[in-house]
Amino acid sequence: MDGTGALDLARWQFALTAAAHFLFVSLTLGLATVVTAVQTWAVLRRGSGGDGGRDAAVRARMVRFWGQLYVVNYAVGIVTGIVMEFQFGLAWSGLGHYAGDVLGASLAMETIVAFFVESTFLGLWIFGWNRFGPRLHCALLWVVTGTAYLSAYWILVANGFLNHPVGYARTAHGIELADAPAVLANPSTLLAFGHIAGGALLTAAFFVAGISAYHLRRRGTSSPSGADTELFRRSLRIGVFLAPPALLWTAASGGLQLSAIAGHQPMKSAVWQAETAEIARLQAELVERFGPGDYVPSQGLVRGAALLMLGAFALMLYASAGSALLACFRRAVLRFRGWHVLLMALVPLPYVAMTAGWVFREAGRQPWVVYGLLRTEDALSDVSAGGMRVSLAVFTTLFALLLAVNWWLLLRTARRGPGAVALGEPEGPGEEEWDEREPGDGPPAGRGIGPVPAY
Amino acid sequence: MEIAVETLAAALLGLFTAGYLVLGGADLGVCMLLPRLGRDADERRTVLAAIAPFFLGNEVWLIAAAGVFVGCFPALEGEVFSGQSAVLVPLLAGWIVRDAGLWWRGRAPWRAWRALCDGMVVAGSWTAALAWGWLLAGLLTGEPSEPAAGPAAVLTSLGVAALFAVHGSAFAALRLTGGLRRRARLPAGRAGERSTFALTALAMAVLPIAAGVRLPLAESAAGGQVLGLLVPAVLAVVPLPMAAQVWLWLTFRGRVTGPSYL
Repeated sequence: MDGTGALDLARWQFALTAAAHFLFVSLTLGLATVVTAVQTWAVLRRGSGGDGGRDAAVRARMVRFWGQLYVVNYAVGIVTGIVMEFQFGLAWSGLGHYAGDVLGASLAMETIVAFFVESTFLGLWIFGWNRFGPRLHCALLWVVTGTAYLSAYWILVANGFLNHPVGYARTAHGIELADAPAVLANPSTLLAFGHIAGGALLTAAFFVAGISAYHLRRRGTSSPSGADTELFRRSLRIGVFLAPPALLWTAASGGLQLSAIAGHQPMKSAVWQAETAEIARLQAELVERFGPGDYVPSQGLVRGAALLMLGAFALMLYASAGSALLACFRRAVLRFRGWHVLLMALVPLPYVAMTAGWVFREAGRQPWVVYGLLRTEDALSDVSAGGMRVSLAVFTTLFALLLAVNWWLLLRTARRGPGAVALGEPEGPGEEEWDEREPGDGPPAGRGIGPVPAY
Repeated sequence: MEIAVETLAAALLGLFTAGYLVLGGADLGVCMLLPRLGRDADERRTVLAAIAPFFLGNEVWLIAAAGVFVGCFPALEGEVFSGQSAVLVPLLAGWIVRDAGLWWRGRAPWRAWRALCDGMVVAGSWTAALAWGWLLAGLLTGEPSEPAAGPAAVLTSLGVAALFAVHGSAFAALRLTGGLRRRARLPAGRAGERSTFALTALAMAVLPIAAGVRLPLAESAAGGQVLGLLVPAVLAVVPLPMAAQVWLWLTFRGRVTGPSYL
């Protein structure tokens, strides 16, 4: 191993992989929840509603449209997650040697208990759209979404342990599991899980509101059909009314985390509050405990990330409070174009907050990979800087392309609207080819309210 | 008779790896042969419909295998993965490129887009299959922490890739109809797709077991407390995804005649 070269490269690789994966996950988790709620609502209200079944058709189209965006995003999210899982062994085998007993177990539970079930049921949900009854089809999505949260929990068991190791015993080579309930109920895990679940809902809320606003703003110029106006009116209200509770929940769990950090990771706390004297005192204390070294994480990064997260929070707070008020007025929802533009512009904001929060959490833990137990530099695999440079180049390029194409496809699918959605199409021979009914924008004539599926 | 928990952990690792190679190997093989099986964009879309409902559920077998590996044998996992990084980077990159191609292909209508995605599917699948062969060659030599080298490694790699292709071809013959099915049957020859598929599936299952028995699994298992919790937990939970997989296969068991979501 040639020293710090490989270390920096491996850290960059992990940071970029995690950040890219996180961009997918935050939307996937939140949007899955929204689609599950919409589909459940559609199934429960099946057969009710006036206007000759038009309401039911609008609801069915909502499930397919938001479901399509969810699937596009999920698919690419998976492959970035695969690289994450393999990277622990590829670049950080020291972590497996030292703490594999605890970390490996939670990663194993994530893959088998959560992800295995999630993927199998997602396959059934996507490809079995017209093969199951509406209740069963909806139940499939409940399993997908439930296991998605379970998956997030298990990953945060691993991450919570890295940030605040509990329930372990030291051995000759590292540590081993001593108290499983303590690891599973680690406050650093539970608080982060609540915070991230709220953040994911927030991401989905702004996403749904922004895309709905785009379509409502276009109404009248290159008009979606009447059914789509109704679809996007409802969707916009879902997004806008979901945002304030999600935001408050996220802020509350974030506040709890900040006070927990003061106990778990006093150095991170001191750095973020810029308490110079406290930082110096902690540094001296840590040198005394662990021997010479620099125990102060990058101050600019930690403080900058925290400020960015809080700034985004403040902006989202004002925007979502005002939006929730405006959304009570039907006229505003349909016609207030300035507000529509604002909602569209706000879509990236939760991503900024989520990523900044992640940087704050992870950069603030340095120089430790397992806080107080194992330094990041000691966890590195025995790999050459050259090999690390190649894999960094390969995965960074791939991920940049995946992100770019994913967002291009998401926006394209969103822009084309519910009329051009392939998810849930009736299948089999004799069906018209999808690309044959792809005129410029909006649904083709005669497809105004779309095919009326099983519910 | 008491079975050591390490043995159960090793059996789980073998089960998931063999499960991936049998099931995931079939969809990978179909993707490798995509240009041969489907002559135009529409035919290729039908060929992909033969694997569409399954490939997501197939690849989680490998992810579960990696999970068992890191959970039950963390130190060995680190050693093998970092030692084999030159093999695993192309394997993962190929996997990513193929999956992206599969998911993206149907999301835009242009001819060039579909050709590009088909190219990603085929190139990614070949890269992953060859890397699998290279990885197995390394594990079979008994030196798991460095990539295999020399003519034996090249031959193993090519042989395993060919096995993937024949396996996929037999699978395609079992799933398709008409001209597409006839084209898929060619490598199977007189044997018929059922017996070919049974043979290639057996070979796919034997390969990782043969590689696995050469790994020092027993000596590198995780601590007793972890295994005592993890292995029973996995054994208790695993019937659920297994049952779901059986349901998935039964649901989509009929032969494919037209395009699907992909």
